[in-house]
Amino acid sequence: MTSGGFLQQLQTGLWKDNPGLVQLLGLCPLLAVTTTLVNGFGLGIATLLVLAMSNALVSATRRWIKPEIRIPIYVLIIASLVTCIELIFKAWFPMLDRSLGIFIPLIVTNCAIVARAEVFASRNTIGVSIADGIGMGAGFAMLLMAIGAFREFVGQASILSRLDLITGGEPFNGFSFADSGLLLAILPPGAFFSLALAVVLKNYMDQRRRNSRGAFASRGLRRPHQ
Amino acid sequence: MSDRSIVKTGMTLGMIAAVCTSLVAATYQLTKDRIAANEKALLEQSLQPALTGIFYDSGVSESRLVLQPPHGLPGNDPAIIYRVFAEGEPAAALFVVTARDGFAGPIRIVLGVEASGSVTGVRILQHRETPGLGDKIVSARSDWVYQFDGRSMGDPQLLGWALKGDGGEFDQLTGASITPRAVIKAIRDTLVYFDANRDAIFQAAATEAEE
Repeated sequence: MTSGGFLQQLQTGLWKDNPGLVQLLGLCPLLAVTTTLVNGFGLGIATLLVLAMSNALVSATRRWIKPEIRIPIYVLIIASLVTCIELIFKAWFPMLDRSLGIFIPLIVTNCAIVARAEVFASRNTIGVSIADGIGMGAGFAMLLMAIGAFREFVGQASILSRLDLITGGEPFNGFSFADSGLLLAILPPGAFFSLALAVVLKNYMDQRRRNSRGAFASRGLRRPHQ
Repeated sequence: MSDRSIVKTGMTLGMIAAVCTSLVAATYQLTKDRIAANEKALLEQSLQPALTGIFYDSGVSESRLVLQPPHGLPGNDPAIIYRVFAEGEPAAALFVVTARDGFAGPIRIVLGVEASGSVTGVRILQHRETPGLGDKIVSARSDWVYQFDGRSMGDPQLLGWALKGDGGEFDQLTGASITPRAVIKAIRDTLVYFDANRDAIFQAAATEAEE
């Protein structure tokens, strides 16, 4: 594995094949918790950690895993990791854990994670798999944070509210710009609108880049060896 | 596949299950003390605001009294009362009750009542009210809950425990009427209960913690 492969894998997850924006995976937590930037950050980090570690474990055990039992094994690995992460959150970030509630245990059901185990980690070496997990996890986390920040900004007219969930200390209501925002952004439909806007923005940027680079750029991505 | 490979596959599965379980067990051992401490701190912290200005003996969470419904307090889930003593004398009671008629489900409230009957503080523990409207009942979002501090049954009289728009004495919240109405009603009913059962509350034996 070359360092180029590592970086490319990161980039693929962060932008090109972003699990939320392109593969549209893991939408349930994405839509549910992104009412603030802080919530988005919390779930994003938790997902990133699970994804990186599950990719590492699946890749490490791939020689012994028979195709017939691969799904139960993925479920075992992912569920254990999520339980560990949940316990760690409860111990060190209790307020953040309360704020995210059921969505930390529900990371188990995030299909982005089992998809990476199946599609990538079971066929690649540990190093690249971890890179893939970090890239995909970071891509997911960035999207959660972006949508969280956007919804918070539009809906509550504030930014970084409840930062104290991460840092501890006194309740902090963020930097506020106005008394109230457009409520719709915080309610469930706002989540769909925000995600749609994010997908539009990404496609628009990709298209502009393609147009400006001309026909050479559209060679397609180098696939992981199969 | 053959019998041998079935056994082999099963053993692989068992091995991985064992590894995963030990991973979880190790994390649990590592975190359980911190988690227990956090939960206790969180409980005391959530009760603290309802105790402002009261001098009291420590160990509030040990004086817990759990009342199973029907108990005459607001809500139809178990109500919790923490008795607070100062040098052995009743100082205050903290009620954890539920306002059932919120806009989006039950609202869990902690309400501190001094032995004399006046409110020491009200806080919202759990709610699912609309962000930006009904959630202004939370102390972090607006000053609304502070208006009950120092009030009691008699100040105002029973009928005065309502929103100004309903002919009562308490401020409304812009854009929300069902939520504050539910909270005020729960406070009012708790105060009525306290006035009627004051002695019994402080004399009852503490409910053992269920493990």
